[in-house]
Amino acid sequence: MNGVHDLGGMHGFGPVRPETDEPVFHAPWEGRVIAMRRLMGAWLGYNIDAGRHAIERLPPVDYLRFSYYEKWFQSLINQLVAAELVTPDEVATGHKAPGAVVATPPITLANVQASTIAPTGSYQRDTGANPRFAPGDIVRARNIHPEGHTRLPRYVRGHVGTIERDHGAHVLPDSHAHGAGEAPETLYTVRFTARELWGTTRNEGDAIYLDLWESYLDPA
Amino acid sequence: MTGAHHHDHDHDHEGQDVPSATALRVKALESLLVEKGLVDPAALDAIVDAYETKIGPRNGARVVARAWTDPAYKARLLQDATPAIAEIGFMGSERPHMIVVENTPTTHNLVVCTLCSCYPWLVLGLPPVWYKSTAYRSRAVIDPRGVLADFGLTLGDDVAVRVWDSTAETRYLVLPERPAGTEGMDEEALAGIVTRDSMVGVAKVVVP
Repeated sequence: MNGVHDLGGMHGFGPVRPETDEPVFHAPWEGRVIAMRRLMGAWLGYNIDAGRHAIERLPPVDYLRFSYYEKWFQSLINQLVAAELVTPDEVATGHKAPGAVVATPPITLANVQASTIAPTGSYQRDTGANPRFAPGDIVRARNIHPEGHTRLPRYVRGHVGTIERDHGAHVLPDSHAHGAGEAPETLYTVRFTARELWGTTRNEGDAIYLDLWESYLDPA
Repeated sequence: MTGAHHHDHDHDHEGQDVPSATALRVKALESLLVEKGLVDPAALDAIVDAYETKIGPRNGARVVARAWTDPAYKARLLQDATPAIAEIGFMGSERPHMIVVENTPTTHNLVVCTLCSCYPWLVLGLPPVWYKSTAYRSRAVIDPRGVLADFGLTLGDDVAVRVWDSTAETRYLVLPERPAGTEGMDEEALAGIVTRDSMVGVAKVVVP
């Protein structure tokens, strides 16, 4: 979707402000949000693409106003309500509705794994399909505007780049985010020169690299 | 959002700490999920503890220090980073698809995620606020040299800047240049001078 999350190349957000001695969390609630999100993945199906799309679908004004963890918090609530794990009334009161079923946590202290802490699973799939492109091939990113989830940023659409590397077939977010299956496709690192994307005033050797799926690309 | 601070408590005029509205809402959601049997609070505690004490940039620093001191390791790392990083021993059985890109006197690499905030958690821990900011995500691809200047790093025109936009489930780690004057340092000492920022590509490693 052509959402406000697709920030690459936009102006007006000011300088980057690094923080000295930044803590892991700026408030304890941030840690609780990230931990709840990881544990609720067991109920929601650990679909990283659906999780990202839930954040992208926050109202644009909220997306820009919220901090990172506020975005995670609100999108988690939205996902839990959509999955009927909680109701809006329960979220408002902080208590389960009378008569609501009490479940058993699928992940307990005894079975917290490294994979519960960081999203680590491989998204590579062995499909046996022949890649359409090879390193060195010249390609053009398609000028497409899907209304659903995609990982093809607007700033490269229509632009010409070079295939740098073939990563094998990977789960296609455009399908997976919508529960439409993994639909794995060959993933390539594509090199775009800074001049191709941003004009001739850029340094000649500068380049931007993106990992793009086969259906995002045409021969050029 | 850039540089925004989100405190757990607002200070009222009488000096008492009052939990923020967000903190209260998060607490309410946690209570609800526990009451419904959806999460185990002890598991929540364990995950928060892991973020605060177990994952962080020292893991990435060990990878860099090994690459600086062992040419065969560096070759494996640049060829296929995932198994090479696993050799160091802090990854579990499930592994993210890692790619390591090398800085040289004529090439400088910078990592960003313009669409969200993808970041190599297992080697660097959770990303800093600036990495997730709209300022960094919008500008790193169109004005990387300006972004580097925000960090106090100015590169000459003879250095090519390569920006890696993390659009897939591939995670990028920059192998910074080993600074001069470190010839006598062993792997452990070298790991001690490698910073998080140098492995994202917004700084060089300097000898303290």
